[in-house]
Amino acid sequence: MSSVLFDEPGPRARRRTRIATGVAAVVVLGLVALAVQRFASTGQFDAELWAPLLDPRTEEFAQVWAILGAGLGTTLRAFALAASASLVLGIVVGAARVSLGRTARLPLVGVVELFRGLPVVVTIFLAAEVLRLLDSGTSSYWALVAGLTAYNSVIIAEVVRAGVLSLPKGQAEAGLAIGLTPAQVMRSVQLPQALRTMLPALISQLVVILKDTALATVVFNDLQDLLYAGDRIRISLDNSLQTLLVVALVYIALCVVLDRAAVWTERRLSRSRPTAAPAVAPAEEAVTRV
Amino acid sequence: MHLRRSALTAAAAASLLALTACGGGSSDTGDAPEPVESASFEAGTTMAELSQAGAITIGTKFDQPGFGLRGLGDTPEGFDVEVGKGIAAQLGLSEDQITWVEAPSSQREDLITQGSVDMVIATYTINDTRKERITFAGPYYVAGQQIMVGEAEDRLTGPDDLRANPDLKICSVNGSTPSENIREYLASPDQLVLFEVYDDCVTAMKNGQVQAMTTDNVILTGYVAENEGEFKLVGEQFTEEPYGIGITKGDTAFCEFVNGALQTMSEDGSYEEAWTSTAGEYEGTEVPTLPTADACV
Amino acid sequence: MDPVLENLDLFWGGFVRSLGIVLWAFAGSMVLGTALAVCRVSPVPVLRAVGTGYVAVVRNTPLTVVLFLFAFGIPALQVNASFYVFGVAGLVVYTAAFVCEAIRSGINAVAPGQAEAARAIGLTFGQTLTQVVLPQAVRTVVPPLGNVQIAMVKNSAVVGAFGVGGELFSVATRLTSAQGEPRLPVYLGVAAFFLLITLPAGALLARTEQRLAVAR
Repeated sequence: MSSVLFDEPGPRARRRTRIATGVAAVVVLGLVALAVQRFASTGQFDAELWAPLLDPRTEEFAQVWAILGAGLGTTLRAFALAASASLVLGIVVGAARVSLGRTARLPLVGVVELFRGLPVVVTIFLAAEVLRLLDSGTSSYWALVAGLTAYNSVIIAEVVRAGVLSLPKGQAEAGLAIGLTPAQVMRSVQLPQALRTMLPALISQLVVILKDTALATVVFNDLQDLLYAGDRIRISLDNSLQTLLVVALVYIALCVVLDRAAVWTERRLSRSRPTAAPAVAPAEEAVTRV
Repeated sequence: MHLRRSALTAAAAASLLALTACGGGSSDTGDAPEPVESASFEAGTTMAELSQAGAITIGTKFDQPGFGLRGLGDTPEGFDVEVGKGIAAQLGLSEDQITWVEAPSSQREDLITQGSVDMVIATYTINDTRKERITFAGPYYVAGQQIMVGEAEDRLTGPDDLRANPDLKICSVNGSTPSENIREYLASPDQLVLFEVYDDCVTAMKNGQVQAMTTDNVILTGYVAENEGEFKLVGEQFTEEPYGIGITKGDTAFCEFVNGALQTMSEDGSYEEAWTSTAGEYEGTEVPTLPTADACV
Repeated sequence: MDPVLENLDLFWGGFVRSLGIVLWAFAGSMVLGTALAVCRVSPVPVLRAVGTGYVAVVRNTPLTVVLFLFAFGIPALQVNASFYVFGVAGLVVYTAAFVCEAIRSGINAVAPGQAEAARAIGLTFGQTLTQVVLPQAVRTVVPPLGNVQIAMVKNSAVVGAFGVGGELFSVATRLTSAQGEPRLPVYLGVAAFFLLITLPAGALLARTEQRLAVAR
């Protein structure tokens, strides 16, 4: 337990911390007890509300999890598509924004700033409308993927740009000096380094994409993602609280797995080749991904 | 527990319907209309296309007890669904050849104009705005908007009482006709709570968040029956909502075929049967007679 | 753009209502987020665990799920409030996790020597935090915090689907769905009203960032 904010505690401080710990523990336990009591008194612990979700012996269990499984599949597919498309597009746009001249990049800057300011929900709605003007049969699934991609590729472009700009000038200069074209410098010198430093920010953006797939349930009524599945189950079984808690747990598990995978990748990358670039406090960049 | 019992009733009703299904297990009510043998239609018509393809896609509600409700099973059940089966049968299609698609209120026209469905039977009120984009066959039923309140609620006896009780909240579905109709009776817009589906209104009523909900009486009757002793309808119906069957705009031949099919269903008793086996099971409902069809335009 | 211009009063009403939601959520999330951040850096293990647990859970839950839980889960516990309150509460609970992280990263960014010096002259944890570290942390905290709150403004668009009613998004649904207005212009109108908040906020943030950077 080391922090710059407090000393290795002495006997008095230790006693105070112990007291504070005791008080805090009592308060926290009290709150938990209150919540538990509330669940109990309103009958929310009743077995029949939880059993269809948790007890394989109930009639509904198989149906419930078949529906949730199908929803999970849709969520993961939409996420995988939107995430890869956003990464590719974001890297291209980000690199272009850095490479282009002041006037040439103006339209790009305009588009980036515009999309950054829009709610994702609105972007998804707009994407659906525009796509349906082009092809009236566009499914909600593709509209969701397109909307998420439009929004997130812009954010990723900004992350990539920040990464490239954070590199020491010498990197690009050295590349140019040995006769590489600016495009080659970007591709083989700047981007690889920038992406590595920005990995935490990129990953937390991926978590955002995963969470935002859940907007489908609000925007479309016919895209059967994980949350839609939960919605259908809670309405059929009349156990909103229980089903929603289970669905939330599934989402949390997915995001945590994604996050762990990211940390793991990052460790491997930084071990295999020490980065020359200075760290731009990527963690700080990461917290703003809401 | 109250909540749970109502859910069980619903589940039981659903499984009962499923149990009474014929051996195949894919259908719900006892006597599904037999597909017409050797149905033949003039080449080039929608009827010929559908009949030859051996498949039809129908949009319906998935969340409306009595009309189109899909619980945890695969196919929806209700009056709209039975009407759809009856029409399909006259195209020579069995119910296994029908694909059911969810058609929420806000997307019904789109589903038709996009060609994602061949018809929409989804408590779909015929009106002029909608006629600009699609054609209606029917009507096959006439509903009316009404108000549902909790059993113990006595301040509200009709839409006119809303203004006098500004603390009462009434729930409906975002973007629906009933939600627009009720606005003129409100003391302030805050009285109106809107969700995406009616089920959420029912939940909100049970939780005491809102004191009333409004939509077409047949839908409300379903909720009253499903939640025994919790809700009641109040006042007279204050609108008239003729339900039509939405098809591609200008497909007059198909429209006339559907009207004919409805007429046949009415004559051979399958229309009445469709009603009594679904929405007609609820207390306080009357067997409707098929309304006279509008002209196909 | 006719559907927007003809219904400008509806849009304006929706905008004002959305603005109200945003202001409440801003205030609430700042208070809760700061409290959580203090928990996360405090010497009391229980509080640290609470802060860390809260952030881990909330950050990984989609906002939509949080709002669903507030609108339909919490009332099952017979906790009653209007859907407006539930919508704002959902936004507050969700955003607070990110506010907490932004503030914590700001605290961590203050040079360790500052806190060490404060401790050396005998200040307690509370004094160190409030007199020395937090005032300096403000500077580093502003940019990420600003981004978090701009994101919150954008996220607030979703609460319309949870019975809040009257805000921009409900207005859009009403126009397109009940009154049959074409969707594209209506949603472009909604987009324009959101940009009316987010673009100036972004510009303001950028300027503040520059000021703070110079002052350092």
